[in-house]
Formats: sequence, C-alpha cells, structure tokens
Amino acid sequence: MARMRFLCDADRCIECNACVTACKNEHEVPWGINRRRVVTINDGLPGERSVSMACMHCTDAPCAAVCPVACFYTTDDGVVLHNKDTCIGCGYCSYACPFGAPQYPQMANFGTRGKMDKCTYCSGGPEPDLSAVEYQKYGANRLAEGKLPLCAEMCSTKALLAGDGDIIADIYRERVVTRGYGSGAWGWRTAYGDTVTV
Amino acid sequence: MLHILFRRLCLGAVPALGLGLAAQAQVNPTASSVQEEALLRALQSGEAVGGRVSIPDAGASALITPDNKLWAAMQGGTLHTLSIVAVVGMLALLVLFYMMRGRIRIEAGPSGRRILRFNTIERFAHWMLAVSFIVLALTGLNLIIGKTVILPLIGESAFGTLSAWGKIAHNYLAWPFMVALVLVFLLWVIHNIPSRIDWQWIKQGGGLLKKGVHPPARKFNAGQKLVFWAVILGGAAMSWTGIMLLFPAEAATAADWQFYQIIHALVAAGMSALILGHIYIGSVGMEGAFDAMGTGEVDENWAKEHHSLWVDEVKQSTARNDAVSGAKTTPAE
Repeated sequence: MARMRFLCDADRCIECNACVTACKNEHEVPWGINRRRVVTINDGLPGERSVSMACMHCTDAPCAAVCPVACFYTTDDGVVLHNKDTCIGCGYCSYACPFGAPQYPQMANFGTRGKMDKCTYCSGGPEPDLSAVEYQKYGANRLAEGKLPLCAEMCSTKALLAGDGDIIADIYRERVVTRGYGSGAWGWRTAYGDTVTV
Repeated sequence: MLHILFRRLCLGAVPALGLGLAAQAQVNPTASSVQEEALLRALQSGEAVGGRVSIPDAGASALITPDNKLWAAMQGGTLHTLSIVAVVGMLALLVLFYMMRGRIRIEAGPSGRRILRFNTIERFAHWMLAVSFIVLALTGLNLIIGKTVILPLIGESAFGTLSAWGKIAHNYLAWPFMVALVLVFLLWVIHNIPSRIDWQWIKQGGGLLKKGVHPPARKFNAGQKLVFWAVILGGAAMSWTGIMLLFPAEAATAADWQFYQIIHALVAAGMSALILGHIYIGSVGMEGAFDAMGTGEVDENWAKEHHSLWVDEVKQSTARNDAVSGAKTTPAE
C-alpha cells in the first residue's frame, strides 16, 4: 500500500492560493474553514518562500493521541481521518497539531466549538465511499475515484505534490539535484520524523 | 560599429553555448532563501515557524509548531497514565486499608446523645462543592481516560454522545463549584488554621492505624485541615486554569493554554485521589462519620473520640448560653 504524503516545493510555490480555492470549492467547506492555506515566510525580504500547508497526515498523529473520544483513524493509505459523529468539538487536536490543520465551524459559549473539520486528503470519512452523507460531512472522496487530492493536481507550478511518499520524494530529490538548491520538504521532519535527503 | 556588435554576439554566445556547465558557476538566485532546517533549529520552545497569511486569521500564520507534539505526548501519554495511577492506586490503597484496619468503630459505642456539628449552611456548602466536584471529576477523568476505560465497554457512538454531554456538564458545573469553594473557604478557614496540637495528631498518625489511639482535636483535626487546604488551594488552581481553558482567547498563546491544561490535569488527578480517601473515611471507613454531613448531628461518643477539644468547647458554650438565658429568666420569676 502507498503511504500518502504532501510535499510543498517552496522554491516553486508562487503563492497563487489556487490550492486553497480549489479545496474550498471541491469540498464546499463553510465560511471561515480553511483546510489548506499558504503561508509566506520572510515576506517582502530577499529569499522569501511560500509554503502551502494543510493536514500532513502524520505518522503517529498527535491529534489522535490527545483526542478524548478516539475519533481519529489512519487509513491503509496512511491518511489520517476522523469521525464527525463522535467528535465533541473539545479543541484538543488543534493544540496538538503542529500544522494548524484542525478547523472549527463555530465558537459558542465557553469556547465550545462545532465538530472539527480538516483536510481529508480528498478521501472522505467513515461513511460509505462517495455517498451523499459522506460528501455533506467530509467533502469529495477523490481517492475512491482513483484520483489524487485536487490541490496538488491543479497546482500550476507543480509546487504542491501529493501521492506516495517515496515517489514524490524522488521527484523532489531530482528537482533539487537538477536546479542545485531546495529549501526542504517543509513539515516532513515534524510530521513523519524523516526528510528528503539529496 | 559592426565589430562591437560582433564582439557582443560572441560574448553572449559563449555562456549560451556552455549553459550546462555554467549553471553551477552562476550566482544562485536562491542562495539566501529560507531553509526549513535552519528555521526549525532557530526555534525557541513553543515557537512556530510562521509568516504572513492572506486569510483573516492571525493564528493561521503559524506554519509549523513542532512543540505541539510535546504537549500531545504529555496529554496522550504521561497525564493519561498518571490519572489512571492516581485513581486506581488510591482505590487499591483504600481496599488494602479496609482489609487491614476494617471499619473504624466508635469504641465506646454510640451514646445516643447527638451534638450539632455542621449547620444547614455548612452542609449546603459542602454538598454543593461535593456534588459539583464529583460530576467535574468524573467528566474530567472521562476526557482523559474514558477512551481506555469506557469506550471499549459502550462503543464509539454511545461514548461520543456521553462525552459530549459530559463536556457540557463540565463547562457549566465549574461555576457552582467555584461558588461553593468560596463559601467553604469563608465558613471554615477560621477552624483550619494550623496549630500546635496538629503536630500531636500527625505524630500519632491521627489514630487511624491503631485502635484506642485518639489524639485530641478541635473542630477539625490535622488530617481534615490538610484536606481543607488541599481542596482550597487545589480548587483555586483548578478554577483559574479551568477559566483559562474555558476562554482560550484569554490564555494568550496556544503554549499558555497547553501549560494551563497540564496543571489542570495534574491537580485534578491529585484531587481525585485525595477526595476518594475523603469519601472513604466519611462513609464506609468510619462509623458515625457520615452523620456530620448527613443530618449534621454526630454522636457524642464519636465526637469525644475524634474531636475531644471541640466537644469541650461546644459544652462550655452551651453551658454559658444556658447560664445567660437562665440569668435573663431570673428577674421574671
């Protein structure tokens, strides 16, 4: 089985935010929810870089470690998903996540949140694949259709890569060797405990 | 004119022809680019690699916060284990204690005479604190160890519903708990100031371990004073950190919130263990103890054995009151 990962090649990202928009559109996420975002580091300075970031689908996901109701699970593809029916909106996962992935649709009294929402790697949730209820709760399930996440698929500079970790690491490694530089596989150390060595 | 153009073409052509070789020699346009590794190495504890983000949410500008994993390991591992050890350990100790010592009886037997120990207001404050604490403790423990203890028994769906209600109860019952905590403090602080006779009580192990040992005590003995101060200080810590957890925006940063959460969980584990002991000795552990908070009236022999000095005080003051009321009634005769 493939171990799915994201890799954002910051030397290619042009901060167009198309991945963010594509994600919002594909899954029809509500206002205020950003499953993916683009952060620009050293903005306006020489050597600035932009990184598109969403849930990294960590190995030994910290969100799953702190969830009081154990609503997280990892699929055979290494994708970290959660069950919104079980989620109590406590917010612990958002404090455990190194990438700011968990999102909440509303804040009510005493910091109460709605059911957590995050990137599903375009692979839905525990409901039956491609069902209406799955779409309503988690968005599209492109993996079930044999497609990769839309954010990476439509990235105009092919900065954002999605797919089997070994394959996208090879692609990135080849790029770094060819062009002679690379600012790193952002988030990989934190999410997977390894990185792409060139 | 023409030769200048020719030279320019030639100069231009040389690097163009040797493109493959010259690429390494050219100035690297990204030599000054930010490197993930360098940024991660430069991070202070709790800090995030961050930048600018175009969505109107300042929190989203933090790109990677590696230390969040430390809190996750703490919450999902250390605190989880500690909570189980605190509760299960205390229960085991109590069972062991019960098997060795049995129920502590009133040695002189019940006298049948009752003395008022706690009036209605005192009992109201105690039970308001007790009921809110028990619900808070159970729902709080559920949040940290419920997935190990209850989830396998009732299944994910039921456990999710139970925990959602538990969270609501936890959020709302925190307020009566805090009110009762203040009330209990005001009512009993005067009786809980440590004094010299407390030493004697501690040295004799409170008479808990051996029959026939009854160190003198006033309204509260050293053990009860210990429980009082642990509840007041622990409760205050729980209240303060709890408010910070309830209003995450007031906790300033995520790292602050995590700190408050760790304190909250640690103190909660300690208090749960302590209160288990308190519940034991106030119910099955000691004959006649429950009456103090039940009807409010205790048996005189129980009081003499456990609060000898307090009994004397009560008797003196009743005698004085009788004397005063007696004096008042005299002229009418």
